[in-house]
Amino acid sequence: MAPVVTEQLPTSPALATEPPAVTLDHVSKTFGRSGHAHPVLDDISLNVAPGEFVCLLGASGCGKSTLLNLVAGLDRPTSGSIEVPGGRAALMFQEHALFPWLTAGQNIELALRLRGLPRGERRAEAERLLTLVRLTGSHKKRVHELSGGMRQRVALARALAQDANVLLMDEPFAALDAITRDVLHEELTRIWAETNVSVLFVTHNVREAVRLAQRVVLLSSRPGRIASEWRIDLPQPRRIESAGVADLSVEITDQLRGEIRRHVQH
Amino acid sequence: MSSTDTTTATTAATDAEAPVDAAVDSVKAAPAGVSTSDEAADLGAGLDALETETVEGTPLRRVLLSKALPPLIAVVLVLLLWQGAYAAHLKRPDLLPSPLDVWNSLYDQWLQGTILGTIWTSLSRGALGFLASVVIGTPIGLLVAKVKPVRAAIGPILSGLQSIPSVAWVPAAVIWFGLSNATIYAVVLLGAVPSIANGLVAGVDQVQPLYLRAGRTLGATGLRGVWFVLLPAALPGYLAGLKQGWAFAWRSLMAAELIASSPALGLGLGQSLENAREVQDMPGVLSTILLILLVGIGIELLIFAPLERRVLRSRGLLVARR
Repeated sequence: MAPVVTEQLPTSPALATEPPAVTLDHVSKTFGRSGHAHPVLDDISLNVAPGEFVCLLGASGCGKSTLLNLVAGLDRPTSGSIEVPGGRAALMFQEHALFPWLTAGQNIELALRLRGLPRGERRAEAERLLTLVRLTGSHKKRVHELSGGMRQRVALARALAQDANVLLMDEPFAALDAITRDVLHEELTRIWAETNVSVLFVTHNVREAVRLAQRVVLLSSRPGRIASEWRIDLPQPRRIESAGVADLSVEITDQLRGEIRRHVQH
Repeated sequence: MSSTDTTTATTAATDAEAPVDAAVDSVKAAPAGVSTSDEAADLGAGLDALETETVEGTPLRRVLLSKALPPLIAVVLVLLLWQGAYAAHLKRPDLLPSPLDVWNSLYDQWLQGTILGTIWTSLSRGALGFLASVVIGTPIGLLVAKVKPVRAAIGPILSGLQSIPSVAWVPAAVIWFGLSNATIYAVVLLGAVPSIANGLVAGVDQVQPLYLRAGRTLGATGLRGVWFVLLPAALPGYLAGLKQGWAFAWRSLMAAELIASSPALGLGLGQSLENAREVQDMPGVLSTILLILLVGIGIELLIFAPLERRVLRSRGLLVARR
């Protein structure tokens, strides 16, 4: 196999006028004490423009989830700085993480309440968000009464209820079957276009990244570094089985495999 | 599923409508011309309908047959064995009275009009002691669960306290408080507080870390995190602790009443048990034991069982067992 050529496409020149929604500046994260230090993220610099959809792609051990935790403010970087000018970022997990003691609507209303929305406006706003994720009339449904896809849609509505400028998504569709995932890709694309929220979406699924993102960032593993970047100009809504998505996926997969192969121990 | 399931109970009707609702919504959503977006909506609603489980309720007759009949048969069997032992003269009749003797003893107490008063004296003490235990045990449990030094300091003591039989506290309480209500409440508290606190600790320990993480990203930190996420998430374990706390409170109360009996304290079930023993009134002893049992089971069935079922069912943790 020929040596892997890291082709670095020009990095997001557009939207330079507005300040980024997320700025990571030489961010590193190390776990453990000095001596047994175990670097997870190494010198990550990344901007997400307002309204931009960025997918972070990488194999296991690339520190994707650590990176999202840092941006969400659940953890602090060892060095470097992270700025989210809009304040708090909303976070959506692989598991729906809905509270089972509340109904679908109450889960959303809790997010609204914690955001500080007055009591009188919560119900209507929750209904609006449920309609946005096409679950009109599901306010009183219990979490366990919903299908996997419906739960992730309520989770998306709850994340949107925080009214954050940035939506962080940690492999949110990884546990769903292919057909449901495909539908949720369409819904997410639509909702992203309607709400103009910036999305930082973590996945290990290359096609999913190419299907969704305007920009795909490939992370190397152990420690996580930015290995490569692609800007995707295919028009939305894309289809995951289309030739354009497939072609780019092949190219990115080859590089991803190259990154993984570097870890073969001789 | 068997054929009896086709008769759907009323409670199941709302659940069964779920997929129908979703389908109706999708029809409303696509009124004019089918665009790709409407297709996605239809597809999504179709998937939802396919994946949503329909839960059918169990008909009342089956509930009665499967839930009420077995314990009834067991009780009848025990009564028959008892009657058999009595008829075979295994013991002198004053040592082993027949079920009918015990029933007559109960009926006499009823005629004397003392029975409800006796039950009420004990029940009100038990309830008051239990409520005080909840008020004291809950913050202790929360502190032990969430504050590491507190946990290290009193966590083991708290679980150790549970293994002390509450009767052991009675002599100490009598020395401290004399033959007073304070003695009885002290014993009840020492019995119930540890198990309520421990129940809450167990409940908090079992909370999925994911819920706490999700709560933090939603902005539920500090006390708001405790109120909106931690406590509701720990509720099933807490309820189990409350149920056990009640059982301990009731047992401790009987121990206290039995030993610390004095006319000044009024007549509770424990005292009436002791009074019956003093006059070798075996039917009276057995009928009082029966009353103690009935009150314990009654509180469990009337208060804790429905509460627990409601909490578990609303979380989907109670799938109809058949």
